[in-house]
Amino acid sequence: MRVGVVTFPGSLDDRDAVRAVALAGGEPVALWHADADLRGVEAVVLPGGFSYGDYLRCGAIARHAPVMGPLLKAAGAGLPVLGICNGFQVLCEARLLPGALIRNDRRRFVCRDQRLRVESSASAWTSAYEPGEEIVVPVKNGEGGYVADERTLDSLEAEGRVVLRYVGGNPNGSARDIAGVTDASGRVVGLMPHPEHAVDPLTGPSTDGLGFFASLLHRVAAA
Amino acid sequence: MTDTVEHAAKTPDVEQPWAALGLRGDEYARIRETLGRRPTSCELAIYSVMWSEHCSYKSSKVHLRRFTELPDETPLGKTLAGIGENAGVVDIGQGYAATFKVESHNHPSFVEPYQGAATGVGGIVRDILAMGARPVALLDPLRFGPADAPDTRRVLPGVVAGIAGYGNCLGLPTVGGEVVFDSSYAGNPLVNVLCVGVMRHEDVHRAHASGVGNRVVLYGARTGGDGIGGVSVLASETFGDEGPSKRPSVQVGDPFLEKLLIECTLELFGEGLVAGIQDLGGAGLSCATSELASAGDGGMHITLDRVPLRDASLTPEEILMSESQERMMAVVRPADVERFLAVCAKWDVPATVLGEVTDTGRLVVEWAGEVVVDVPPRTVASEGPVYQRPYARPQAQDALIAAGSDRLPRPAGGAELRETLLRMAAAPNLSAKTWVTEQYDRYVQGSTVLAQPEDAGVIRVDADSGLGVAVATDGNARFVALDPYAGAQLALAEAYRNVAVTGARPLAVTDCLNFGSPEDPGVMWQFAEAVRGLADGCRVLGVPVTGGNVSFYNSTGDTAVLPTPVVGVLGVLDDVRRRTPLGFSRAGAALFQLGETRDELDGSEWANVVHGHLGGVPPRVDLEAERRLAEILVAASGEGLLDAAHDLADGGLAQALVESCLRGGSGARVEVPEGTDPFAFLFAESAARAVVALSPGAEARFSELCAEHDYPVERIGVIADAGPDSRVDPELELRDLFTIPLAELREAHERTLPDLFD
Repeated sequence: MRVGVVTFPGSLDDRDAVRAVALAGGEPVALWHADADLRGVEAVVLPGGFSYGDYLRCGAIARHAPVMGPLLKAAGAGLPVLGICNGFQVLCEARLLPGALIRNDRRRFVCRDQRLRVESSASAWTSAYEPGEEIVVPVKNGEGGYVADERTLDSLEAEGRVVLRYVGGNPNGSARDIAGVTDASGRVVGLMPHPEHAVDPLTGPSTDGLGFFASLLHRVAAA
Repeated sequence: MTDTVEHAAKTPDVEQPWAALGLRGDEYARIRETLGRRPTSCELAIYSVMWSEHCSYKSSKVHLRRFTELPDETPLGKTLAGIGENAGVVDIGQGYAATFKVESHNHPSFVEPYQGAATGVGGIVRDILAMGARPVALLDPLRFGPADAPDTRRVLPGVVAGIAGYGNCLGLPTVGGEVVFDSSYAGNPLVNVLCVGVMRHEDVHRAHASGVGNRVVLYGARTGGDGIGGVSVLASETFGDEGPSKRPSVQVGDPFLEKLLIECTLELFGEGLVAGIQDLGGAGLSCATSELASAGDGGMHITLDRVPLRDASLTPEEILMSESQERMMAVVRPADVERFLAVCAKWDVPATVLGEVTDTGRLVVEWAGEVVVDVPPRTVASEGPVYQRPYARPQAQDALIAAGSDRLPRPAGGAELRETLLRMAAAPNLSAKTWVTEQYDRYVQGSTVLAQPEDAGVIRVDADSGLGVAVATDGNARFVALDPYAGAQLALAEAYRNVAVTGARPLAVTDCLNFGSPEDPGVMWQFAEAVRGLADGCRVLGVPVTGGNVSFYNSTGDTAVLPTPVVGVLGVLDDVRRRTPLGFSRAGAALFQLGETRDELDGSEWANVVHGHLGGVPPRVDLEAERRLAEILVAASGEGLLDAAHDLADGGLAQALVESCLRGGSGARVEVPEGTDPFAFLFAESAARAVVALSPGAEARFSELCAEHDYPVERIGVIADAGPDSRVDPELELRDLFTIPLAELREAHERTLPDLFD
């Protein structure tokens, strides 16, 4: 399966995402922010980093990159998209996902191994997990506080669209400990934690992150 | 009007502000003699910054020769680049090379902690990049005033946020460093940054401008008025008060642009479009042009009007001096210029051809169609003044040495030892540094195998073979104050040991020498002794000094900071899967202590924390022993004999046990060997020691290994209860003395910095 990984100027974890896709058995395809098409990929990962320096508002400039045109169109037609950290911020800015990510409550960047609970295995990117399964994956962000109005949060909960929640301490003040959400179709997922940094016990705290990338491949294989 | 060369030749008697620019009278006279006329204001600006202590090393040069006299060989062979290049380069095997260097950004970080620290990161990263390498990791050795001092609450959070803000945004993992508090740093924090880069042998680049007719290209950020120090004197001299004078002297960083600069430069290297390269750091264009020219064919001609500006009102003097960040200068063959500019455009990096390489032996700068600089570049860059500063052992040194720690009351009995251990584990210098290190991204690039609080940062270089590098920095300034020669060697020994503890073979050294005023003979003595100690130490250990930095004039009020040589050691692991972590995790693993514990408490953290005392003589240095210890640790790691290993240093064995137990979440049962004083056993800071936890069934082979190396080794206990799954609450037990539940230990060790800085 061909999985595109977009590199914006300032993307940092793009190579890690490429590695994670390959480890999970996919075929990573590098996409450039200025690309006019998606090169026939069957899914896309928007990686972590500081696209365009995040000088305006995180993800706000990347959202207008040329590659986002075809991406938005394809996502509307059912293309699975995973936004990690800065990628999550881009997806919120693009309105593919509800809510926004704001400065951490303690006003500091935080990098730590974070316990998480997978709340839903119904999304394209979490189907390899059991609902309620606890995993450990690094978080690292300065603006990772997830916020949305109460009604949106209620409906996300009611519709099972909170896919991931912080356990044992909320690192950034996210509303209702939310670490990841999906859109109504379950194909577009945004996560603040970095599963691509938990794919090899040598360089990460666990291999718990592989499931996000494997989910996608299983789903396609099963289809 | 512009002060041209022609004008200067006609007006020899114009008063020039050389003193305000920091030049001495004899230095100014020497410039006039070199040029055969008075310098233009642009030339005066160039000489004044290039002959500053920071750029010229004029006070330290005579001593630093000891480093260049060392054999330029690591245990793996000849160095690929050494002192004099932007950073040293060593062979790490399998066709790979590593480059690394540590630099200081002390003074700016006191004035403006966030930007001072941030641009400190930016500067050293460009040095590494200029060697042809991809930067792969950062380490940050930091020194602050007392942890509870009000100003430390301003400086520390700003410095840490600056390093995090810049380093994280660049995509460089921060994997190590130190945080040390001492009142001597209250008005002068030390912010040192070490960067490591990796490349293939054939990709090593050098800073020289060769090939007559090759183009000189400036690329990266536009030039602004930031970072102009003394030159504002010139500007106001030329233009009166309405000119753009008194610019902020702290630079402002743009990490996003630096990230683009890295990717753009690596692509330029990859395409073979770079004939020579130099980063722009201290002294900006003055430094880059004169250093490139003097290292190459000896001449360069540039047109200063072409420099893209952020501020159109800048004078030529200011443009030459500006320390605007995120800029590089490349020498490019004419046929490659078009492709070079295209790569820059792809990355949205502004690039401008400023001029070309010549063989005239002159650096010529034009402004508005007239020549404003015409100097022999070597007189600027490499043939500046050199001083033999007077130095003398201070008289107070004898009294300092005489006031040893032996008269200080010591804890006796289990209860007092327990209380002392908890108190020390919570002291700012020994407490957990998570509050700081959690702000650094240690995962980015996906190759971090070990990061702080491990003894050394370990980065995987080749995912297939597992080849990797380990880097550690250390420097116990209290020991250096007591004996600069021995203290510097102890810093070297500790960094060397910290690399070896992870299983890596130490290869090479970089150092950042932070001292007070070189005009103080006592400080100069500390400096000379420290350099001599380091050089002699490197000779014994068989490792070269491949580069570094000197920072003088560090003082709080009139009092110099503790003499603080920070030593960075780089080592290599053939397979990072064999690395040894420091956490105790497997119940039943036997604990052994390597090395000899003596009653060495002078200058120790115990004397500092409990008695606020500094005096006596530092622990005995035995570099032969350090070398053998490293051989044991590296061999044991390679043979898979070790579950965990931790070096013993500040706070002694007690501190090592605290850290290893908490890191792995396991308790330990430890027994004081017969005939040993429990206090010294726990808190002495004797060098050349480590504690290890053995793998199952490794005991016989490990003992044999120690015997082969004729090294003292003693079984001191066992790892008790493993991990969070255990049903028993883990404890650290000192048999017949005391027991501390890990939860209590963790509370003591981990609360200190959050309580102070949250």
